[in-house]
Amino acid sequence: MIRREKIFGHLDWFSLLLYLSLLVYGWLSIYSATAGEQTTLVIDLSQRYGKQLLWIGMALLLAFTILIIDAKFFSSFAYVFYFLMIFILIGVLLFGKTVAGSKSWFEIGNFAIQPAEFAKFATALALAKYLSKLNIDIRVLKNKLVAITILAVPAVLILLQNDTGSALVYFAFVLVLFREGLSGLIIVAGVLMAVLFTTTIIWGEVYVSAVLVILTVLGLLVNRRLRKIKMPVIAILVLSIVFVFSVNYGFQHILEPHQRIRIQVMLGLKKDIHGAGYNVNQAKIAIGSGGINGKGFRKGMLTQNHFVPEQSTDFIFCTVGEERGFLGSALLIFLFLSLLIRIIILAERQRSAFSRIYGYGVASILFFHFTINIAMTIGLAPVVGIPLPFFSYGGSSLWSFTILLFIFLKQDANRLNVL
Amino acid sequence: MYRKDFSSRKYVVIAMFVFIAMVFLARLFYLQVIINQYKLSARNIALRTITEYPPRGRVYDRNHQLLVYNDAVYDLMVIPRQVKKLDTLKFCRLLQIDKVYFERQMHHAKHYSYYKPSVFLKQLSKKEKGPVEEIMFEFPGFYFQTRMLRHYPYPIAAHLLGSVGEVSQRDLRRDPFYRQGDYIGKSGIERYYEKVLRGTKGSRIVEVDVHNNIKGSFQNGRFDTLAVPGADLSLSLDEKLQSYGEQLMQNKIGSIVAIDPESGDILAMVSSPNFDPNLLVGRQRSKNYITLLHDSLKPLINRAVSGTYPPGSTFKLVNALIGLQEKVITPQTSFTCQGTASKPIACSHNHISPLQLEDAISLSCNSYFWKTFQRIINNPSFENRHLAYEDWYNKVISFGFGHRFNTDIPFEKPGNIPSRRYFDKLYRGSWNALTVRSLSIGQGEILVTPIQLANLAAIIANRGYYIAPHFLMKISKDDTITPCFKGIHKVDIEQSYFQIAVNSMKEVFDGNEGTARFYKLDSLSQAGKTGTVQNPHGKDHSIFMAFAPVDHPKIALAVVVENAGFGSTWAAPIASLMIEKYLCGYSKRKRLEKRIMEGDLIHHVNSKKK
Repeated sequence: MIRREKIFGHLDWFSLLLYLSLLVYGWLSIYSATAGEQTTLVIDLSQRYGKQLLWIGMALLLAFTILIIDAKFFSSFAYVFYFLMIFILIGVLLFGKTVAGSKSWFEIGNFAIQPAEFAKFATALALAKYLSKLNIDIRVLKNKLVAITILAVPAVLILLQNDTGSALVYFAFVLVLFREGLSGLIIVAGVLMAVLFTTTIIWGEVYVSAVLVILTVLGLLVNRRLRKIKMPVIAILVLSIVFVFSVNYGFQHILEPHQRIRIQVMLGLKKDIHGAGYNVNQAKIAIGSGGINGKGFRKGMLTQNHFVPEQSTDFIFCTVGEERGFLGSALLIFLFLSLLIRIIILAERQRSAFSRIYGYGVASILFFHFTINIAMTIGLAPVVGIPLPFFSYGGSSLWSFTILLFIFLKQDANRLNVL
Repeated sequence: MYRKDFSSRKYVVIAMFVFIAMVFLARLFYLQVIINQYKLSARNIALRTITEYPPRGRVYDRNHQLLVYNDAVYDLMVIPRQVKKLDTLKFCRLLQIDKVYFERQMHHAKHYSYYKPSVFLKQLSKKEKGPVEEIMFEFPGFYFQTRMLRHYPYPIAAHLLGSVGEVSQRDLRRDPFYRQGDYIGKSGIERYYEKVLRGTKGSRIVEVDVHNNIKGSFQNGRFDTLAVPGADLSLSLDEKLQSYGEQLMQNKIGSIVAIDPESGDILAMVSSPNFDPNLLVGRQRSKNYITLLHDSLKPLINRAVSGTYPPGSTFKLVNALIGLQEKVITPQTSFTCQGTASKPIACSHNHISPLQLEDAISLSCNSYFWKTFQRIINNPSFENRHLAYEDWYNKVISFGFGHRFNTDIPFEKPGNIPSRRYFDKLYRGSWNALTVRSLSIGQGEILVTPIQLANLAAIIANRGYYIAPHFLMKISKDDTITPCFKGIHKVDIEQSYFQIAVNSMKEVFDGNEGTARFYKLDSLSQAGKTGTVQNPHGKDHSIFMAFAPVDHPKIALAVVVENAGFGSTWAAPIASLMIEKYLCGYSKRKRLEKRIMEGDLIHHVNSKKK
């Protein structure tokens, strides 16, 4: 009794409230998208909304369990979790089941579980564990390499499962490294690379290279200070041109055709409304037709009549957009933004470096999922098959995000006990 | 190396979060609130407008006998996506189609759309549908759609009822009411009253799912409109009289037009040879139409309104009336048909001479009317002969000749009354009564239609006026008849002169030498006038116009039988039988009736042609 009081007394109720709000909002959306013509409020466990209710129940149980486990357990066993996960990911590669082209599922009886989802929290734990060690400075090259290896191993294994979306999530940890001291140039470099990538695909490598050369020459001629660092500037130019050409090569030869088309569709280079662009186009129509107030619960013409593919999983935001309109969508964005900022605030008040770093890991992963998922449904990012946390249908992702979040909330609840 | 505090970087991270959230909100505001394009797209994708077709109005005769109604037929529709493997052989046998047809139709349907229905087999009758419908569950993807076709319980009046067919490209361009595949009145009453009969289409907006299945009405049918059935028409036609007329005219070429003189109602309009209107319905329509079109007897032509003939002796009545009106003759004026003065047009019959007006009409003395006509043209009260002719012309026109009635009569021809300018041109201005003497006995350039002749009979029956002949009696829900059908047209002849015309026509039946004396009825007074029209191509046309009863006429009619010889042989008995049928409801003259009905003038015509 005393123990429990302590735990819940220190639990951040604001985060919990946001979490529960997202669960309810998410479940109502799934209900609307999958209840079909059902008119009564009977919960049918064979339907998706029924199963999701079951997953939510289990997720709450999971959250409770995490809260009563000793906070030290997770930091102590961080590497164990990590290596266990690596082991399971290899296992999936060998014995897994292929669903929709990705060999990333384990089948246990009737249920399929996606280990890649759980690798996220294990990696976050391991990274936090490593970076929180005394005398680890991320600015040291060796430490950098170790940190990158910790991230790269699961990412590569997931990439091998042909689950590109889940692998891309590991880029999110750059935010964690940035907070822990990685040079801010990495962000600048990231933005520069994104710009170069996009422009190369739109205008081609030759034009982009030519423009880069002209800009550099002009810069050197005009600006005296730039002339003083002539060599680094030219080095950056050469690297950029190499990057531009490798982007072109990679785009043409390494990416799978469907990925190539998704990117072209996103950039507006291809219309292809009946093929690769179909999902996004239907999603945009569903969301765009929602207006300010939306069409009302279970009244979305497109949502209710299955015009949006994958609308209970990756495209669940369409249901919100169409039936709840701009106001409902804004509410969703506001809930996520609040949760993300709250996690950062909590992370910053931690005494232990481990908890702080882990907290940033949680925020980074949620942020990445939130950004990419919504951006793809409104045509701002290419279609990448990753779920919207706490919203999308599916047990694995719900549980993994729940574990991810509640390990952190447990650390936070326990922060005063840390010396 | 010391551990630097990087905690201020949290602001950078939070700023990124806020930045992304703002981008999303801006984008969503743009998609959902600012632009309209996606709202329209959503409607296009998820809503279908289903047109509800109203039933076409029915057509009744004057006694509320149904003449035209709608009959359900069934189009077999197919949605290729829903078609499962099926027993093609059994399916084809049930529908009486071959495999080639099956495959061709499936190919067409798939080519059009996998999700949308296509017509697989058109217009099956209830009987044809029966055996297939019983086991429809074996053929998913196929279903029946009801369509309405016109049906005619009596095989009569095809010419004037007209037919209904699919809209042409021209109709589609002209009237946005129609969509490809809609039906429209193509001819006759169906065409004239198209806007009344067609009704108003309704529309239903429904939500569909991604497989084009209908999921229910959109917003509880807030935007739906109901189809309004077409209005029913009551025609002035008498079904019994029409049927009887068609029987009398079988195996003859010609026409009958019967009018109620009091109202202008057309009681019967027969054109022979005719055809069953049911032939021009549904699947067989175009095939049958081609056959009828190429028939050498031209059954598609409505001779009652588009056949033009010289009026012959019937026109003598007009000249007599004009002569009286112009005071160039009196009822007591008598002309002889002997001597040089009568030479220009000699008299073909044997009768006592000279005759007074009444007898001249009933005995049809050619010379008498030549002389009358001469006096009309040489009338000294006009400045010159050409002005006198113009006056004559205007009076003839006032009888309804030379122009269309422009009521609801289909394919009407105006006929021809030669104008003064016509003769001026033809004879370079130098012409006189002698030049155009044929006009005095209704020959020459004069051409009239049978309906104009029937109208002449009505004018005399009415003693001086007519109401333009028309078919419409009543439109359901709308008791007013278009006013122009009610207007009285007065002829430019004083009413008192008509009694002479009436008396002389009565003599045609009652007189000892009347040309129709064999068809006199004791119970009924009839008045008539024969005409025998010279025909350069073969035997003369037999013409007769009549009305009855003489004192309060209820029916006025004209009968034309082509190549039948004297007016009194065929046209007169037909007219008399029609009168008896209409006024008594039956005919006592069974032998006469039999002779007429069995009379075959067509084969005779053909042999003569050879």
